[in-house]
Amino acid sequence: MDIVVCIKQVPDAASVKWDHKTGTLIRDGVQSVINPFDYNAIEAALSLRDELGGKVTAVTMGPPQAQDAIREAMSMGVDHGVVISDRAFAGADTLATTYTLSRAIRKLGSVDAVFCGKQAIDGDTAQVGPGLAVRLGLPCVTCVGEMEIMEGGAGLRVKRMCEQGYDVVEVGFPVLLTVLASLNTPRVPSLKGKMRARKADIPLWSAEDIGAQKDKIGLAGSPTKVFSTHIPKFEARREMLPGTAEEQVDALVDKLKEAGII
Amino acid sequence: MVVVDLEKCVGCGECEDVCTFGAISIVDEKAVVDPDTCTLCGACEEACPEGAIEIEGEDISPAGGMDLDAWRGVWVVAEFRHDRFAPVTFELLGKGRQLADDLETDLTAVLMGSGVGEYAESLIERGADKVLVVDSPRLEQFLDDVYARILADMAQKEKPEIILAGATAMGRAFIPQVATILETGLTADCTGLEIAPEGRDLLQTRPAFGGNLMATIICDSTRPQMATVRPHVLKAMEPDASRQGEVIKIDPHEDLLKSNIKVLESVMEEAEGPMLTEAEVVITAGRGVENPKNIALIEKLAHCMEGGVGATRAVTDAEWLPGRCQIGQTGVTVSPKLYMGFGVSGAIQHLVGMQGSEIIVAVNKDPDAPVFDVATYGIVGDVKDILPLLVRRICQERGND
Ligand SMILES: Cc1cc2nc3c(=O)[nH]c(=O)nc-3n(C[C@H](O)[C@H](O)[C@H](O)COP(=O)(O)OP(=O)(O)OC[C@H]3O[C@@H](n4cnc5c(N)ncnc54)[C@H](O)[C@@H]3O)c2cc1C
Ligand SMILES: Cc1cc2nc3c(=O)[nH]c(=O)nc-3n(C[C@H](O)[C@H](O)[C@H](O)COP(=O)(O)OP(=O)(O)OC[C@H]3O[C@@H](n4cnc5c(N)ncnc54)[C@H](O)[C@@H]3O)c2cc1C
Repeated sequence: MDIVVCIKQVPDAASVKWDHKTGTLIRDGVQSVINPFDYNAIEAALSLRDELGGKVTAVTMGPPQAQDAIREAMSMGVDHGVVISDRAFAGADTLATTYTLSRAIRKLGSVDAVFCGKQAIDGDTAQVGPGLAVRLGLPCVTCVGEMEIMEGGAGLRVKRMCEQGYDVVEVGFPVLLTVLASLNTPRVPSLKGKMRARKADIPLWSAEDIGAQKDKIGLAGSPTKVFSTHIPKFEARREMLPGTAEEQVDALVDKLKEAGII
Repeated sequence: MVVVDLEKCVGCGECEDVCTFGAISIVDEKAVVDPDTCTLCGACEEACPEGAIEIEGEDISPAGGMDLDAWRGVWVVAEFRHDRFAPVTFELLGKGRQLADDLETDLTAVLMGSGVGEYAESLIERGADKVLVVDSPRLEQFLDDVYARILADMAQKEKPEIILAGATAMGRAFIPQVATILETGLTADCTGLEIAPEGRDLLQTRPAFGGNLMATIICDSTRPQMATVRPHVLKAMEPDASRQGEVIKIDPHEDLLKSNIKVLESVMEEAEGPMLTEAEVVITAGRGVENPKNIALIEKLAHCMEGGVGATRAVTDAEWLPGRCQIGQTGVTVSPKLYMGFGVSGAIQHLVGMQGSEIIVAVNKDPDAPVFDVATYGIVGDVKDILPLLVRRICQERGND
């Protein structure tokens, strides 16, 4: 099995502070971590390899420091990793991102399964997985909450979760899946894995290395543009309701009546 | 990338102030941009009073000069599953009507499914001028690739300038495939849409970073302009049975109907009340409800208020409630009229999934719990005391009216 897992380095939600009173970002000490759902994608890839044999390659597009994310994935047991990094990739929307990732994955050779997280916690679009599937000509199942290997190992039977239930879906290899946090519990890195990851040589591929067309990457290859941004201001609205439990409940019921909710 | 003309830069710091990503700092009285944090949004370019900042590389249009004027009309993708329209379909038609009127063009609804033809009229009542119906037994189940290919094929033929769909599990699964086939821009999870004051570009506003940042996105060099829209934020029109429109049947080519995936079954879980992401009231259980027995009271309160039941991860991890109830960074995002949290501490990973709610009520015995920072109304108290009282009062009120 040739398995690819796509991971993204994102700012740690706990370290980014947004000041909603003044509408600014508090910049100090932002730390980068692997996107939470991508840990589940890594675990899914590793468990598939453990069952069917083969190798797992982690791919990320990002600045050179994204090597840290690859090292962490390798410490969990991922076999190889590559960082796709070039100033020319900056400003990529999801269309340019999927083009870039697909060029790199094609360069890796044949592929039987690609795993992505359901969505990244910064860009938040959940568009990279399905878009990448089209680029690679693979069938795609999103929001996978359970996964098992079909008899004979020809494909996967998965639960695709939706608002009020789920579909049971069968799909043969090769395939691309986007995964939910409920799919599995990511393994913790082993000491051996950490040592191997520290020493590993992680290649950096440029736009040229993956043979990317200039007008399909970065800002130039991105039909969507950020036109403006702002940090929403939430009013300082906190109002504590005092008194005994009865009084608190009465006060709350009054407030909800005022708001027309009951 | 962002290029600062050091001759022109006076180090005033205007750019540093407008950069929402914290990518600019003033070093030795000159602006320095960190290319790795910069998203090339262009806010600094606009803000610079000296004209010292320029974004390079933005003028190559990906389609190589597509004829934008060949694309006209607004499309809404209807979502019909399990014998009903997703409410977001009607919300999209309400907004689509407004956009089409602004652009002086038609509003078309696209209805795909099996045995759906008879429901086309209700889309006209809700604002559509035309309905394109693709009715085939092959569309009984939701097959991402088939739905994507059919919609992309129709769009290539009919050339709409705007395509809107719901940011539901289904919309978020296949609409990105359509945008990739059409090689055009797609804005995710929008909460606001309007036509730019000049020209015909669509300004699409969406939350990112878990709702901590609002970004307005444009797609000005390719067509169609595509967006998925978050349920529950736009207003539907009241149905008007006197509205007239045209229903057009489309027979997709056989090749488009072949799928690489097979849906064995489609299961609706017996959840009482509305879906969490659509509910106007969400009652949430945190670890502070202390034992699974109290979950019954949470459910009762939700039932009385015709709301949905939510949970923190601590609660779904303990399997007091199923995983689909989890609200937050690794769960669902809700923005109801009323969110009530019982024994919820207010971890950032939970807050990002609910802070867009109109009214937030928090009940927690710890007066310093972070959840109170985002609460509209806070009650410091024990869930065991407050919850039964509240259930009694509210079910009473409801029973009387
Ligand atoms: C404020 C803001 C708003 C934006 N809005 C839009 C928008 O509406 N439409 C749009 O097209 N672009 C948008 N972008 C750009 C978008 O964030 C980038 O294209 C980004 O590279 C990928 O999108 P995402 O973070 O949403 O990933 P998602 O699609 O949410 O990520 C899903 C999965 O794809 C994989 N993946 C994602 N990125 C990478 C990567 N760099 N390397 C390896 N694997 C990856 C991971 O497995 C991840 O779990 C926006 C950017 C910003 C800053
Ligand atoms: C990568 C990552 C992703 C995550 N994603 C999510 C997510 O999507 N959603 C999510 O919810 N969490 C998520 N978490 C977990 C999150 O960090 C918190 O651990 C979780 O939200 C805590 O749940 P809680 O508030 O129910 O429990 P706790 O934090 O244990 O809080 C319980 C609260 O109840 C109060 N309490 C206790 N007893 C009573 C009583 N009798 N009466 C009144 N109050 C009482 C306590 O004072 C306390 O404030 C994530 C964490 C990580 C690291």
